Order: sequence, then structure tokens, then C-alpha cells
Amino acid sequence: MGNAMLIGLDVGGTHTDVVLIGPDGPFREVKVITDTSNLFKSVLSALEKITEGIDTLQIKRAVLSTTLTTNAIVTDQIEPVGMIVVGGPGIDPEAYRICPYFYCVAGAIDHRGREIDGLDEVEVMDAAARMKADGIRHIGVVAKFSTRNPSHEIRIEKILAEYGFEKIFMGHRTSGNLNFPRRISTTFLNAAVYSVHKNFFNAVKQSLAEKGLNIPIHILKADGGTMSFSSSIDFPGQTILSGPAASVMGAISSAPAEGDVIVLDIGGTTTDIAVLINQSPVLEPLGISIGKYKTLIRSLKTYSLGVGGDSVVQIKDGELVIGPYRKGPAMAYGGSSPTPTDALFVLEHIDDGDAEAARKGIQLIADQLGLRVEYAAERIFEKTCNMILEGAAHLVRDINSKPVYTVHELLEGYTVVPARILVLGGPAKYFVSHLKKISGYSVETVPRWGVANAIGAGLARTTCEVNLFVDTEKGVVLAPEENYTKAIRGAYSYADAEETAFELVRKKAAKNGAESENLQIEIIESLSFNMVRGFRTTGKNIRIRAQVKPGLIEGYKAL
Amino acid sequence: MLKAHYKTGLVFFPAFDWAIDPTHPEREERLLYTQDQVFEEGLLDIEDIIEYKPDIASEMDIKRVHFCVPDVFSVTTKSHFISAGGAVTMGRALMEKEIDRGFALVRPPGHHSMRVVHGNRGFCNINNEAILVEYLRRHYPVKKVAIVDTDCHHGDGTQDIYWHDPDTLFISIHQDGRTLYPGTGFTDELGGANAFGTTLNIPLPPLTSDEGYLYTIDHVVLPILEEFKPDIIINSAGQDNHFTDPLTNMNFSAQGYADLTRRLKPDIAVLEGGYSIEGALPYVNTGIILALAGLDYKGVVEPGYDAARMAQSADVTRAIKGIGDVVLSNWKNRRDMQEKIRGNREFIERRRNIMYDTDMIYEMQKDEIRICDDCAGALKIDSSADTGHHILGVQIPVHACPKCVEQGYEWFDKASTGPYDRAFLQDRPKDEYLEKILKQR
Repeated sequence: MGNAMLIGLDVGGTHTDVVLIGPDGPFREVKVITDTSNLFKSVLSALEKITEGIDTLQIKRAVLSTTLTTNAIVTDQIEPVGMIVVGGPGIDPEAYRICPYFYCVAGAIDHRGREIDGLDEVEVMDAAARMKADGIRHIGVVAKFSTRNPSHEIRIEKILAEYGFEKIFMGHRTSGNLNFPRRISTTFLNAAVYSVHKNFFNAVKQSLAEKGLNIPIHILKADGGTMSFSSSIDFPGQTILSGPAASVMGAISSAPAEGDVIVLDIGGTTTDIAVLINQSPVLEPLGISIGKYKTLIRSLKTYSLGVGGDSVVQIKDGELVIGPYRKGPAMAYGGSSPTPTDALFVLEHIDDGDAEAARKGIQLIADQLGLRVEYAAERIFEKTCNMILEGAAHLVRDINSKPVYTVHELLEGYTVVPARILVLGGPAKYFVSHLKKISGYSVETVPRWGVANAIGAGLARTTCEVNLFVDTEKGVVLAPEENYTKAIRGAYSYADAEETAFELVRKKAAKNGAESENLQIEIIESLSFNMVRGFRTTGKNIRIRAQVKPGLIEGYKAL
Repeated sequence: MLKAHYKTGLVFFPAFDWAIDPTHPEREERLLYTQDQVFEEGLLDIEDIIEYKPDIASEMDIKRVHFCVPDVFSVTTKSHFISAGGAVTMGRALMEKEIDRGFALVRPPGHHSMRVVHGNRGFCNINNEAILVEYLRRHYPVKKVAIVDTDCHHGDGTQDIYWHDPDTLFISIHQDGRTLYPGTGFTDELGGANAFGTTLNIPLPPLTSDEGYLYTIDHVVLPILEEFKPDIIINSAGQDNHFTDPLTNMNFSAQGYADLTRRLKPDIAVLEGGYSIEGALPYVNTGIILALAGLDYKGVVEPGYDAARMAQSADVTRAIKGIGDVVLSNWKNRRDMQEKIRGNREFIERRRNIMYDTDMIYEMQKDEIRICDDCAGALKIDSSADTGHHILGVQIPVHACPKCVEQGYEWFDKASTGPYDRAFLQDRPKDEYLEKILKQR
């Protein structure tokens, strides 16, 4: 068989799930309790357990989806980072001061990538000296319009190299998208979690090696794609918020090849909602938000609703209120406040908890509403379902009202019209018939929903995106994110640009650990303009965004 | 991190796949660099700056304003419905109190489009602002409207549509018509006999800079608006008065336009012209958006801007003051002047020749207004063009009195005995738009 097995691991708030997948599907699963104070132990023990008795040379890769970098950012346990930003005309970059060691230096590049004001190198050196004195080791460097001309960022990096900082992160390498404030946040976050990410995964690799387990480690990203650990070291920000992506990827093989599907992951505190179109997840147009930071980190478009199996059920001003907080587990599992899970215990015959305690909890609500306990349970459950469906409708509306900029797209653009719901999560199976009844959609659980997230992580494709920019008047084709700039001599057509974009995606995917057989490359955005100056066409301005389509790798059954 | 002071709606519709023709100033590329600047600045991420997808205007929205010859679809393309729809979207969001201010950054423009439309003139087919205003009047309790047109060219289309409307104050600030298309917009163009003084033109000399524009706003426009007390203020925000614009001769800057916006406080701004697509539009639009949102726009300075070099001469300053005085005087004396113009007449006629430069059409128009103190007055338009069409258009205004309603229907009924191939009736009170095809061509 040789090299035929895959591992998928997903760290959740309470449990860490891991599966071993062969060509015929997942054949072993392990669940360990997540020790939030020692993530390393949880991950390592999960990997050891799943590989017990297996010849690990047969394992092609292990994809890990962890909460490491997310937690570091959300709990603000990140190391101090220095930032040097170059603004130029427009909003004062001071408005984006993201940390105490934030230096704005003079210089300007315009929207065509032309230098308007030279970089003030003295200001850069001054900032460098101060940051060195403050003990800063990692620095983010971001200039406005660096995606059109990275020369200022590159020059600053060269200057900083003289000062012996440990690592410099340049804005143009983090994303090919325009948005200077987001580029600042993204570069900052990459710098902030660099050590935490590198140290953690190096430790995992090392410990596995010590036990004779030499498995290539990949990381799951928030866009449902993977990258090899080695290629992730410089882009650790890509690993944040991968959890919801794991579940959605796990749902893909249950979705029909064509059609719009809503994916619901009903958890304890939240329900995470996403949309699949023809088995491909809808992505955030620009990038994910985490805490107060808006970023350019590619991610699935998900909506996290503050309603879950363990949400607090209360009466406020005579009204039934569910969530958004969780005060602990359901009363059926030892908790102290009634939850929708307790309502389910009253309505269904569930064996694995304390039905009496659940009933007592719902009785408290029933008394306040003046209802019989069964009716109160029904009301709670129905309201939970309605809130979830309204959340899904909200997400679909959001996707469908995304502004578009061509006549064609406005009049003929795709509208998401879902007719099917896939549910995963602990209480998933209990929700199916109610959701079906209220929505009229076809509703199913994702098979093996308990570990679908780990399966999703295990089977996710290596993905990446490239933004190519062509300006034949300036005579240049560039993708600064990929460190690619070439002068154009002679004719250069849209077809040439497409070919270049495809080639760059192929290269990048290979660097990120993809195998060429699995690559499905598509153009997701393409614009081509005639540049006209004084009634003469002087060139072409072409923008192409190409990506490896997110999805599951071929050759393995998911179920 | 940044939060707008005023909730600002933005419709951004660059129509990247539409052009008048591939090398025309109104081409696909026009708003490309503006988009780049708006995106790179992260303007759409600012809290309380909200981007809206444009609605699509309906055929009825257009018929409410225009007499399209021979019909709406012959003189428009899909992009026009979206551009006008974008302006309407901002109007609705404003009325529904979703936003405090709105900006429809849309193409194609509309302020050269008059009430009768035989084709494209001055790059415009249908008038986005008029369609917006009349939509609001139909669906919301909006009566008095002020449209301040700061595009470098005289807004002759909007002027024509509101010539006879005493409830719409139209003020156009533009480069003097003796030096620039369309060659009109002089201080003596003051409106029809029922609406005298509610059309005001402020022709500025070439090489006017920020100082001149802001003086005009502060000393002429704002005091007049103060007296008129409109329910809403629309700004036709054309940006061809920029010092880098290839088609015009003014020296306005991004800072100046942002300042103008801050002082004028429009409820809705609508993009009009502006063809310096790299050197002006990205910066002016960033400035306008920040000014509408009540945010600091000091840093919005275009490359190569030299305030000293741009400053206007003392002659220009003097000339502008003189023009301002004339406009203020006309405004003050408008009622007396209206009485003189009316005399004892019951109807007043106007004859004009209108040139459609883009489509090379020549129109001859005669209009007749019923003198009325109770309403804007029934209006009859006889329009023929060298395309071979000869139409009759009748407008019964929004708050028409019974006599004007009667007169309007009388004119429309008599149309079949005239030389017309089509007759149109705009019954604004009923919001009904009738049409008679009289001769097949």
C-alpha cells in the first residue's frame, strides 16, 4: 500500500478529536480531554494514541487544527512586536496604532505603484534604534500600496537587518489584497504569534521523532485548506480560527455535488454556520476578524451565533431568552442552570445523563411561564431552532448582498438559495426533524458528526491564493506576495497573465506541501482594463486572483 | 478602530464592464484607481461607513422624470438603471434612517440629461439626481429639495427638469459657459414664471481655486439654503474642476472638495463628471467620503499639489465676488422679478434648440407653462428632433391644483390632432404615466 494513511486532528474547547484515515475511510478515532493549560500534552497524547500499533511510515501526513494561535491572540498572550509603517497621502496611519512600538515614517507609493515621496531612511534607523533599545525582537513593516510596489518595505527590511532583530515580517508577503489597515493587523499578528507557533510545532515534531513517529506535520488554516508546517513558519497567522473550518470541511462529503447547503455546527456555547456552494465553502471576501483585529487572512465565511446546546435558558421580562452565555454543562450532566440540552432530555429518551435533574431545571422555567414542563421544553427547543435558522438566513442574506462592481454580476450574479441543511455537533441528531419541520429544507446530520471536524482536517486540500497584477504601460507583471516581479517586453495578453497566475499557484501549492495530482486551480477574480491616455490606448491593466479550490483531497473516502 | 461621526452610506458602482466606447472618458477604467484608493485606505472597514449594493431603478422611476423618445429602453442601457438605482438606494437608506448621509459613487453620470431625452448628451442619458428626488417625493414626505451642482460643467439637464418647480432650488457652480461646454449657466437663467429665482447659476472664471469655490459656498450658497430651508440637500459632486482634469480649467483640490462637503453638509452626494482618473478621482473621492463621515481628511493630498501655485489671482477673486453679489441680489428680488415676467399672461412659452453632442442629435423644443399661484403649474412640451421624432409631453406637477390637472388632461387629449408621433402624460399626483402612439414610423 505504502504512504496511504492520513491523520486529522482538531483541538476543541473541551475535547481533542483525532482520526486515522485510509483509502476506505476513517477506521480509528480517539477523543482526549483538552487540557487548556497544556495544549502540547493534549496534542501529543492524541497523536500517540491514534498511532498505537500502526506502522507510521504508512502515514502520509497529519493535519493539525489547533487553538494555539487563536488563544494566544484572544487572551493577549503575545510577545511585544514593533511596527514600522509608511503611509503617504490619505488617512494618517497613526489611526491604526496597533501596539506601543509603532513608528510612522515618511514616504509614499501611489495606487499605480509609483514612488511619490522617497522613504525617509533616517526615520527608519531612528525607529530601529529605539526598538532595539526596547528589546523588540520581531518587527512588522507595512507600506501603503506595497502590493503594487514593495520597494519601501524591502528597503526597510534591509536597513533593519543591520540591527540584528530576530525576524522581520513584510506586509506585501502576507497578502496580495489591498487594505492597508488590515495589512498592518495581519503583519502584526504574524509577528506576534511567530514564536508561539514555531516553538509549539517544533516541540510536537521533536517529541514525535523521539518516539519514532516521523510523520509530516501540516496545519489547517481558517480557509479550510492546509499548509505544511515548514511553510507555515513565516505565516503563523494563517493558523488562527481553524476550528470552524475543520467542521465545515468535514461536512463536504455529505453535501451534494451541486447546490447550496447550509452547514450548522451546534456546539455547547455557539452554533457556527457556513455555506457550501457545489461542495465548495463560501469564503470571506477580504479576511477573517479575530477579537478587535480585522485581517487579510483567508478564511471561510462563517457566522457564530451565541446559541448552543448548553446556552443559559432564562426568563427576562416575561420573555424566554436563550444564550448568549454558557454557565456550564446541562443540568443533566451536572450543571446548575437549565439549557436546551435539558429541554431535549425532557422531550426525547436520552440515556446518558440525569434525566431527573434536567426535568427539574426545565420545571423552573415552566413555572415562570405558567406551562406544563413538556410544553416549556417544547418552547425552549423550538426557540433554539428558530434562532439558529434566523442566524442561517442572516448569513445567506449577507452573502447575497455583497456588493459587486460590474453590470453583469449585478444582474446575473449568483444568488445563494439553500434548500438543504447539514448538521454536526453533539446534539445534532435531535435537531434534524424540528429544523426540517420549521424550515421546509431537507435536513441531515453529517455521518460521524462527533469526529467530522477531525476528518475534515485530515482530508483538507493544500490551498493557497495568488494575486497577479499586470500594468503593461509601466511594463511590469508582479505578484509581490510571491516575491515575483518581471519586466514585460513586447506584447502581453490576458492569456499570458492567466498562464503566469496558474504557474505561480502551482509553485506556491507545491511549496506549501501539495501533491500535484490534487491541484484544482481556478481563477476567482479577473479584471482587464484598457488604459487610455489622451484617446490612445497605452496599455492594459490586468488583475487576476487564482486559487487552489478548497475541498477534500482525492482518493480517500470520508465516511 | 476608526468610527464615523455620521453614519455614511456608500454605493460604489464603477461599472467595470461598461463604456460609451473603449477610448471615451466614460470608459471601464474610469473608477479603477478610485476603487484601489478606497480599498487600500480601508474606508469600507470604518465603523458606520456602510457599503450598499445598488438597487436597479424601474422603468417607472425614469418615466416619473423624463419623456424618453421613443421610449425608456431606446435611450438607456442596463448600466443607467443601476447608476440611477444607486442614487435611489442612498435616498431610501437615508429616509429609513439607516444612514445620516449617503454617497452614490456611480457611473454613468446624469446632470446633462434634460426632461426630454432623445439620446445621450454630455455623456449623460438619464438624470440620476432627478430620479432620486422624485422617487423620494413619491414614497416619503419630502417636499422642498435643494440640488447644489458643483460639477465643473453647468448642470443644464437638472436645471431644465426643475426650471418650473418652485419647490426645488437648483444651484449650479461651474466654469463660465463662455469658456466651456455646454455654454450655458449664466446668472440671468433664473427659472420659469412659477419658480423664478429657484434656479441660480454661479459661473466662475477659469483658474478659480479652492478659495473661490469655498467663498461661493460660504457667502452665496449657504445663506440662500438657510432661507430656502430644504427638506434635503443633494450635491451633484462632479470632480472635473480638479487642477489635473484634462477637459477643464479650474484649480480645485481634494482638500478643497472635502472642505466644501464639510460646509455644505449634503444629505446625499452623487458622482457626476471627473476624468482625471489617476491624479484626482482617487483623492477627491477619499476626501468626500471622509468629510461626509465627519472624519479627519487633512492627509488627503494629491501628488504634485502645490497650494501656492494653485492660488487664484486677485482678478479672479474680484470677479467671483461680483458674480456672488449678482446672484444674491437676484435671489432677494426674485418675487418682484417674477411678477414683472408674468405680467397678465395665463401661459408663458419658451423656445429652445438643444444639441446632443455625444449622439449628434439636434432638438427643437417649445414649452408652455400655465401660470399658477396654487401649484407649480401644468406644463406642455412640444419636442422634435432630426431623428424624425416629434412628441408631446405633458406634466401635471406633484401638488397640482384642480385647474392644472384639468389643463394637463386637455392638452393630452388634444394630442391626436397635432403633428406628434407620440404623446406622453406624467400625472404626478396619481403617479401614473400614460402614453399614446399616434403615428407608426
